[in-house]
Amino acid sequence: MNMEEFVAKHVAAVPPSGIRKFFDIASEMKDAISLGVGEPDFITPWNIRETAIFSLEHGSTHYTSNWGTPQLRREIVKYLDTRYGLSYDPDNVVVTVGASEALDLAFRAIINPGDEVLIPAPSYVSYMPGVRFAGGVAVGMDTCEEEGFKLKAQSIEKAVTSKTKAIVIPYPNNPTGAAMTKEELSELREVIVKNDLLVISDEIYSELIYGIKHDSIASFPDIYPRCVVINGFSKAFAMTGFRLGYAAGPGAIISAMVKIHQYSMLCAPTMSQAAGLEALRHEMSTGFAQVEKMRKSYDRRRQFVYRSFNEIGLSCFEPRGAFYIFPNILRCGMPSEEFCNRLIHEKKVACVPGTAFGDAGEGYMRCSYASSIENLKEALKRIKEFVDENS
Amino acid sequence: MGMDIKLEVLDLLEENAKRDEKEISMMLGATEEEVRSAIAALEERKAILKYVAVVNRDVLEENNKVEALIEVKVTPQREYGYDDLARRIYKFEEVRSVSLMAGSYDLAVRIVSNDMKSISKFVFEKLAVIDGVTSTVTLFIMRKYKENGVILVSDEQDDRLVVTP
Repeated sequence: MNMEEFVAKHVAAVPPSGIRKFFDIASEMKDAISLGVGEPDFITPWNIRETAIFSLEHGSTHYTSNWGTPQLRREIVKYLDTRYGLSYDPDNVVVTVGASEALDLAFRAIINPGDEVLIPAPSYVSYMPGVRFAGGVAVGMDTCEEEGFKLKAQSIEKAVTSKTKAIVIPYPNNPTGAAMTKEELSELREVIVKNDLLVISDEIYSELIYGIKHDSIASFPDIYPRCVVINGFSKAFAMTGFRLGYAAGPGAIISAMVKIHQYSMLCAPTMSQAAGLEALRHEMSTGFAQVEKMRKSYDRRRQFVYRSFNEIGLSCFEPRGAFYIFPNILRCGMPSEEFCNRLIHEKKVACVPGTAFGDAGEGYMRCSYASSIENLKEALKRIKEFVDENS
Repeated sequence: MGMDIKLEVLDLLEENAKRDEKEISMMLGATEEEVRSAIAALEERKAILKYVAVVNRDVLEENNKVEALIEVKVTPQREYGYDDLARRIYKFEEVRSVSLMAGSYDLAVRIVSNDMKSISKFVFEKLAVIDGVTSTVTLFIMRKYKENGVILVSDEQDDRLVVTP
């Protein structure tokens, strides 16, 4: 009996994540330095952890409303308003198991078989598979280093067809570190509205932005009614393991998302919701001091790695958001995958090849600077040796 | 930018006094020269007083230091208030810190010495006899958990998966 035949064709057709391969190699090596980690190096602030423990101690171990607790949804509404000027009714917000679930729900809620969804490339690894699992067709729109990996209206125009239903706007971006200003986002409006696209704006890195301000594309009145904003607690509050995110948007779409969520997930973990409520309340009453402290710490490391890479001769575009840098490795004359493979075997530094984020990532690698300065220094020293030996 | 970089440099040195100018300049996107002059200005204005290590002597078997917190009640003096009494106390070599408190006592004095006996001796020979000191309560520190914002024995470690999306 060939069990492979039981696997659905559209699932079998999606290749395994390119990240997985490097995870396997890197986890074998005990003394490797990893710049491959896609999560904060801060442990969740104690007030947040303490609230989760308190919630357990007090027996809050039951289901919540499918939508999330009313308190948390109200606080999310307040947060989106004070922080990004987005105004929602709590009934237009659903709390999810990480922003990842929110994305998956959004895709499943809107995609009919064969519908196309536009995705900038290179991009976060889940978008394309998410669209395909939902029966849709993922269409990449290449972005490039010369344009700071920002999405341009022409690229949308070029990719759009009569089957295009939605577009993912993922800024600040993983893996490139690109961020888009309000003006740059504004230039996308016309083509989005003209082609009647739904916008899925993944803003999970909205708090980690440097030198510019984060604006949501939903803040434009013509985009707002056709936009689902997705955000979460993992990156801003160092809460990855809590698995807590949310989506806010038009009633019809959010209700459809909740319909799937209620049958598949029921609700986000109750203690995580309590912790998320504390995170928002505490930061809003202290002027976002804790978030700002973490942001500043990433910013210093960002400047450090940005200058270091340029010093060792790997030119790179200056990242403006998230905690990734995406150096150009073309001068070493080998494909990304080979570069990263040899780098980990010969110098014991783990980075993720750009191609793990789509073909558009060829010629680059993703380095996470959510690591101590000491680690970053040592890693850069080893990368320099490798580059010197190979150029 | 002038004042900004000073504060940033101060933060970075407070975090780790061993950072060199090159590292600081790279973290701030400034030149080494700018960092050097910021440090010079901070030292000049006594915003940076000293470069020290945060130590935990408890992990050493040969540790021979004892620390105590002394709650001191005083009668404030005309014209000088508490300042003159504080000065008389902080000038002693053994005294690590002196703060004026609001509450049931006036001055919190931290002292370090080689053994308990010499601490008691210091209290009744030097401190309690100062004119204006009305009472003292000596509290010996048994174990330190956190000092200068540093958790001395942390149970938290980086257990992130090595490569994640």
